[in-house]
Amino acid sequence: MKLYVAGNTPKSLTALKNLKQYCEKHLKGKYKLEVIDLLKKPQLAEGDQIFAVPTLVKKVPVPIRKIIGDLSNEDKVLVGLNIVPVHN
Amino acid sequence: MKGQTSPLKKLNKVQSGIKGLDEITGGGLPQGRPTLICGEAGCGKTLFSIEFIVNGATLYNEPGVFIAFEEKAEELTRNVASLGFDLEGLIKEKKLKIDYIHIEKSEIEETGEYDLEGLFIRLDYAIKSIGAKRVVLDTIENLFSGLSNKGVLRAELRRLFQWLKDKGVTAVITGEKGEGQLTREGLEEYVSDCVILLDHRVNNQVSTRRLRIVKYRGSVHGTNEYPFLIDEDGISVLPVTSLILDNKVSSRRISTGINKLDEMLGGKGFFQGGSILVSGTGGTGKTSIAATFAGASCARDERCIYFAFEESPEQIIRNMKSIGLNLKPYIDKGLLKFHASRPTLYGLEMHLVVIYKMIKKFKPKAVILDPITNLITVGTVSEIKSILTRLIDFLQKEQITVLFTALTLNTMVTEQTDEGVSSLVDAWIMVRDLEYNGERNRGLFIMKSRGMAHSNRVREFIISNKGLDLIDVYSDATGVLVGSARETHQKKILKEELAKKQNLNKKAWKKPGS
Repeated sequence: MKLYVAGNTPKSLTALKNLKQYCEKHLKGKYKLEVIDLLKKPQLAEGDQIFAVPTLVKKVPVPIRKIIGDLSNEDKVLVGLNIVPVHN
Repeated sequence: MKGQTSPLKKLNKVQSGIKGLDEITGGGLPQGRPTLICGEAGCGKTLFSIEFIVNGATLYNEPGVFIAFEEKAEELTRNVASLGFDLEGLIKEKKLKIDYIHIEKSEIEETGEYDLEGLFIRLDYAIKSIGAKRVVLDTIENLFSGLSNKGVLRAELRRLFQWLKDKGVTAVITGEKGEGQLTREGLEEYVSDCVILLDHRVNNQVSTRRLRIVKYRGSVHGTNEYPFLIDEDGISVLPVTSLILDNKVSSRRISTGINKLDEMLGGKGFFQGGSILVSGTGGTGKTSIAATFAGASCARDERCIYFAFEESPEQIIRNMKSIGLNLKPYIDKGLLKFHASRPTLYGLEMHLVVIYKMIKKFKPKAVILDPITNLITVGTVSEIKSILTRLIDFLQKEQITVLFTALTLNTMVTEQTDEGVSSLVDAWIMVRDLEYNGERNRGLFIMKSRGMAHSNRVREFIISNKGLDLIDVYSDATGVLVGSARETHQKKILKEELAKKQNLNKKAWKKPGS
């Protein structure tokens, strides 16, 4: 998974915090997260077709999913990542 | 950017390089500001914007970034290759950058707050990588179909346009026409500096593209709808008329090719650079007059183009041989050029552009359009008038004499054409059927001829195997006499004169005896 952000904005921080929380909860040890700051590496935006930030990109397993926003809605994120919540 | 001499700081403009557009906008698009190009699907928005970018890169040394929301870079490159735009080459030279922004709704999930900073970063990166001065966003409204939070999008677009201004790049933003407004998402609210509307209408199965500048803040501009064309040379906008009537005039006179007609026109013929209308009913010899004029022009070693809308060149050449006019040698010498096309081949605008192009290439001194009335099949009377006005304008500027022929019928439409055009032309010659005494003869008269003394008489117009000629018309108490009636009349007059003489002689003899 790649999380694209643009600097340390409140939105990016919230997104990162939310994501880490979900992952720890549901995917402990089974995920790889890379945070990309587009302000530092603008050339990477084109490859993953990023236009909004923050954007979480999940490439494997297919299908490719992009989740745009600060990831505040847990259910939507989990659906997007194709994860069946553990607590169910 | 080039030094403004005026003490008042005027709006700087950058040339689009699109033929005709810089003329009607008085120099191009506003520099460092966004311009909105809107119109329906297929109206030429993308081509318009790509030409803006390519011209910037090739002609004005202004590199450009093309952000495509609809087509991939390869597709775009292939699509415009037919117009001779080498996008790949420009990309290699670092004069152009195409960034395809793909928005696939099915891949996207939205949750919580976000902004379009990613787009800004990409744009910024692209601009910096080649030092771009021009930017195109085609079509940014696609964002709306991919993302659902309209509030965020609107706020971000507003920020984007301001950001573009701050960057000092000249931007072109395209937008699809929406219902009741210029663009689907009301982009015109954000881009308020310059808005250009493109339109594509089909009339009688012939399509015409039109362009209108809806607004241009801080600049005067033409407000009309201007027809434009897309052909192998890209877009060309045709200004309807130059706004000022300041064409040079010539006082040089040129022969019509018919001596007697020259005589009627103050003894010298037409003015060089003038426009002449020859109108008349069918079979009155309009084409013969036109061809004779063409022949006369070539005989002076001056080039002439003959645009035939009715007959093929071969046909005209053969027919003219029958009146003792051989045009073939002139064609072989390269003095005369025929261009025959059916009026319905393409729309009026296209005709005009073809005529423009051929004239620019061939550089003739005389042009013939035979007959203009056939164009009515592809346009309305007012459209034809507008086309001819532009053509006459253009020819006058180039000091080219033009001769139109027009067929008159007794129907409203063509009479209007006649009238519509006749106010534009400098000289109007009318050929008419004179039916009398069981014969059909031709009468010719000059309706008007600006700037010269001209005969007000009706002459009998004769077409023989020796060419064209005019004869004075005789009239008696019953009216004008032509043809065999004229011949009889001429004989009668002779006889009468003879008789008178004899009578006088008789009287002279009788007197002394009475």
